[in-house]
Amino acid sequence: MNISREDVLRVAELANLELTEAELATYGAQLQSILSYCDKLNELDTTNVEPLAQILEVGKVEEDKDEEQHLREDAPRDAGVISEVVRRAPEGVDSHPAYFRVPKVIDR
Amino acid sequence: MSATPHTPAGAAPPATKGWTVASIRRALESRQISARELTKEYYSRIGRENPRLNAFLALSPERAYAQADTIDAKISRGEPLPPLAGVPTALKDVLNTRGTETTAGSRILKGYVPPYDATAIERLDHAGAIFLGKTNCDEFAMGSSNENSAFGPVHNPLALDRVPGGSSGGSAAAVAAGLAVIALGTDTGGSIRQPGAMCGVPALMPTYGRVSRYGLIAFASSLDRIGPFAQTVEDLARVMEVIAGRDPLDATSADHPVPSYTAGLDAPVKGLRLGIPAEYFAEGLDPAVRQKVEAAVARLKELGCVPTPITMPHTPYAIPVYYLVATAEASSNLARFDGVRYGLRVPGATLGEMYRKTRGAGFGAEVKRRIMLGTYALSAGYYDAYYLKAQKVRTLIKGDFDRAFQQVDLILTPTSPVTAFRLGERTADPLAMYLADIYTVTGSLAGVTGISLPCGKVCGTLPVGLQVIGPHFEEGRVLQLARAFEAAGGFEL
Repeated sequence: MNISREDVLRVAELANLELTEAELATYGAQLQSILSYCDKLNELDTTNVEPLAQILEVGKVEEDKDEEQHLREDAPRDAGVISEVVRRAPEGVDSHPAYFRVPKVIDR
Repeated sequence: MSATPHTPAGAAPPATKGWTVASIRRALESRQISARELTKEYYSRIGRENPRLNAFLALSPERAYAQADTIDAKISRGEPLPPLAGVPTALKDVLNTRGTETTAGSRILKGYVPPYDATAIERLDHAGAIFLGKTNCDEFAMGSSNENSAFGPVHNPLALDRVPGGSSGGSAAAVAAGLAVIALGTDTGGSIRQPGAMCGVPALMPTYGRVSRYGLIAFASSLDRIGPFAQTVEDLARVMEVIAGRDPLDATSADHPVPSYTAGLDAPVKGLRLGIPAEYFAEGLDPAVRQKVEAAVARLKELGCVPTPITMPHTPYAIPVYYLVATAEASSNLARFDGVRYGLRVPGATLGEMYRKTRGAGFGAEVKRRIMLGTYALSAGYYDAYYLKAQKVRTLIKGDFDRAFQQVDLILTPTSPVTAFRLGERTADPLAMYLADIYTVTGSLAGVTGISLPCGKVCGTLPVGLQVIGPHFEEGRVLQLARAFEAAGGFEL
């Protein structure tokens, strides 16, 4: 597998990262080297192996409780910090309601 | 071998050395010292030592002295003291602390002051701990040497030209240098255990879900843990009794009873079966590290434990699995740093341009590298080949542990294949740096608990770490063995 400059640019775009030309070159080469090493995983046949998506299944060893019991009620609570949060934000406006100012988004 | 193994090279033995949770309590109760005096003593040490160690990024004297005064008031009123009363504590800078700057070692969060405490921090606060300040770490906990901090590396207190390990290098160094009695770190692929090993202090990674992560700045959510550093095993147990347990604010915290870890510490270890996996003693292990770890196994055998050879065949695949899973999760978790709500903002003509410029300028090289890798591994066309494949092999690695724990009670390995290396020695090759995590990422992927214990020093200066891994929620058994090893002089082999 070969990672081209265009591949690196596409990934940087997906990740919302502005990279310099030097960074594009460096990360391209390093991704290539790291991913080649990761190809080692293809030595293993995983046809009948389930992916481990959630390690906390181990929590059920102890008790087979209904998952629902682990979840709190989905209700908002006032942490009383909104004013503090917006005042410390780069461009927060501490009004009612409080908000963050960002560049115009309609055109994008 | 020196009789004071934790004394930093080139430094006078610190007066504050030897303080433990229990000895502080006795000194406070007998009014030999006040919490305020003790706090002052620690700040004076930090003032002296931190300029050359760079272990602390921010100090919080206002809060620390207020906490100390609360304890002193309780003493003067004759009230009972909470479990960690007056204990000088250092907190890794990825943990949100109300009113104290929290940067995660990143430029993108420079100046960020959280309005709330992480749950683990809140529990320490209620337990009477004194928060000295925030410790340096690799940016967003991504690194194995602390050299990825935006605010300069930490120097190993035992050898100043060497790394303290990472990513919780500041917490490990602070405890090793006697700048704090206990510290919290976080471990995603070894970030508590490996710096514990390199700085020569015991350090515990709890089971996945054992300690609430509410208020922890997330790196890789299926792997991240919060855990303690201390000078003694007993103090690790005392901290665990405070921070472990279910938290309604973290849906991934386990609803599993928290035992008294201190009560079980001195239970006999005779007959415990200790698995010695061949794959952890293969190529790449520094012979000097091997020799100390083998001596540690021999010491435990003298105590009546039963070393048992085992195999964990998928160990060689753990590094690629770890770096694919952790970076994929990180690429998602770090999407929140976009210049809108906190920290740095670099202006742009459009919202997208502002995001890209802010993130391009705010993140350091290793964080960008990992975001790129993780984004690639999750992107269309590559998801099955990398991320899904890694999650399948993760199942096989967990299977290695499940099988091992049917045969043995605990698993013993080196914590790191090498001792603390020189600053700058490994920064040029990211893959080489990743490979140094080989013995710790396995337990991270399997969700089990693990501790690193000092087991002597190479050439009398560089500490070696013995890793003891236990099954899910068996911190008690791990600490019990650790305590027996400590009592048998194992830390000074």
